[in-house]
Amino acid sequence: MSTPMTTRAELRRAPVLGGLNRTVLGLELRRMLRNRRTVIFTLIMPIALFLLIGTNESYVHEDAGNGNVSAYIMISMAVYGAVLATTSGGAMVSIERALGWSRQLRLTPLAPAAYIATKMMIALVLGLGSVLAVYMVGMATGKPSMPVHVWILTALIGWVGSLVFAAFGLFMGYVLPGENVMQVLGPLMAVFAFVGGLFVPLEDGSTLQTVAQFTPMYGLAELARSPLTGETVQVSWVLNIVVWLVIFAGGAAWRFRRDTARV
Amino acid sequence: MTATSTSAAASVDPATTAAISLRGVTKAFGTVHAVRGVDLEIRPGEIVAFLGPNGAGKTTTIDMVLGLSRPTTGDVEVFGTDPHTAIRKGLVAAVMQTGGLLKDLTVTETIAYTASLFAHTAEIRDVIDRAGLTEIAERMVGKCSGGEQQRVRFAMALVSDPALLLLDEPTTGLDVEGRRAFWSAIRADARRGRTVLFATHYLEEADAYADRIVLVSHGRIVADGTAAEVKALTAGRTVRATLPGADTEALRRLPSVDTVELRGDTVLIHARDTDDVARHLLNHTHAKNLEITARGLEDAFLSLTGNDDTSRGATR
Repeated sequence: MSTPMTTRAELRRAPVLGGLNRTVLGLELRRMLRNRRTVIFTLIMPIALFLLIGTNESYVHEDAGNGNVSAYIMISMAVYGAVLATTSGGAMVSIERALGWSRQLRLTPLAPAAYIATKMMIALVLGLGSVLAVYMVGMATGKPSMPVHVWILTALIGWVGSLVFAAFGLFMGYVLPGENVMQVLGPLMAVFAFVGGLFVPLEDGSTLQTVAQFTPMYGLAELARSPLTGETVQVSWVLNIVVWLVIFAGGAAWRFRRDTARV
Repeated sequence: MTATSTSAAASVDPATTAAISLRGVTKAFGTVHAVRGVDLEIRPGEIVAFLGPNGAGKTTTIDMVLGLSRPTTGDVEVFGTDPHTAIRKGLVAAVMQTGGLLKDLTVTETIAYTASLFAHTAEIRDVIDRAGLTEIAERMVGKCSGGEQQRVRFAMALVSDPALLLLDEPTTGLDVEGRRAFWSAIRADARRGRTVLFATHYLEEADAYADRIVLVSHGRIVADGTAAEVKALTAGRTVRATLPGADTEALRRLPSVDTVELRGDTVLIHARDTDDVARHLLNHTHAKNLEITARGLEDAFLSLTGNDDTSRGATR
């Protein structure tokens, strides 16, 4: 039998993957689902909005390229739900900083990069949940109509693209103090969604559309709906997504480094 | 110490490597000098109290041992390696005063979360039991009392089975019962041979739970010894009286008098037997307004730090 204390430094090792592991992912997911506000915000609200607007009989019969307008609205709401979900996921760091949990984690082998990776993964899982929920409700109503591959493609684009907002949430989580960051971000997201064309279609050539091109949800909204609308992918959409991703991820990295710096 | 290749750690003899080694450590925040040159060696298995008043530099020093901050000058080593590496290897854990808990996890989940971050861990259920949390294991952390939350922090520190445990004023804000339960858990654990360093500003805590007391004041170590040695510094009482033109030499010659201090017309006499001193003052001098007070830790700090503090020159 060895001594109870393994004091010898050489007998101890650091964890693999900087401490990233399934237990933490599972518990983080559970925390997310325990938060009623997050669930209502990211899962129930987009569904409610779709049921309210998207199931209108006139939209079922109106053409939107490779499908109907009901499908168009469903995609928009799924994207909205996904970005809300990923933003919430990222913004959790704000609560954790306020509670001193981030500091506590610095007394463990968890690598800062592994912590961020965990937050991103959880954000994406929640984002996927949001997209799937809206699509399943859409399917159940039988109102949206589009080819199978367009269902899959649009869902995939909306989900992967929502990663931009995981970075946004993270950035805001490091900038804004306190436990109620989403109360600040929620209204801001609604404005982004409105200007970005998720709630009302933007009229081609309008002033709003000119302004919209520079707002963070515009590119993702257009790109996610393009398999349905049949429009060719425009450089400005992709540029919009990439530039905002760089801004958000860069901001998050900058604040993160300040937060974990040893003084 | 030959720190050359990757085998440096393996060449360190565990029997002689200090759990904590501070050499010439200072820490300044702008113009504030929180730590002013600390040399300290703590051997494996020691239970050491870091005793000092608020603002003595205890937390600043602990933060440096934990790698949360870097010293302005000097070296900090934990088990012969830098604090950051010691943390990554799970050699060190700490119980902080406040914060550091997620309200939306249960007690067991919190311990499991923490455990999953380490390569080497103790049995979760065993740790929960040792921290006295078995009955509230499924309770949300947010619904636990202050004392219970402190034991959750303790369990989180235990789950990595650290060789060194740091406690920063662990019982601040706890009621008597919470304090008692917390310390009995610590005491039971310490028997297993863990090195423990705890900061406190209560002499009674230091006396009851430490083998060795390190007294800190104004960022310096002013005394370092067994509890009995440090307690002796605080023994005796102080007589304070108004006595213009006091003959300090005569007073100093009285039996049992340690020090005599003159502040204007006021004389302060530290002695083991203050009754004798009072009798002398009243019978043989014109002393008025006598006050006798127990000499607390604060006074001990003052008399210990007064030696190298030239601004207080009225001691003659």
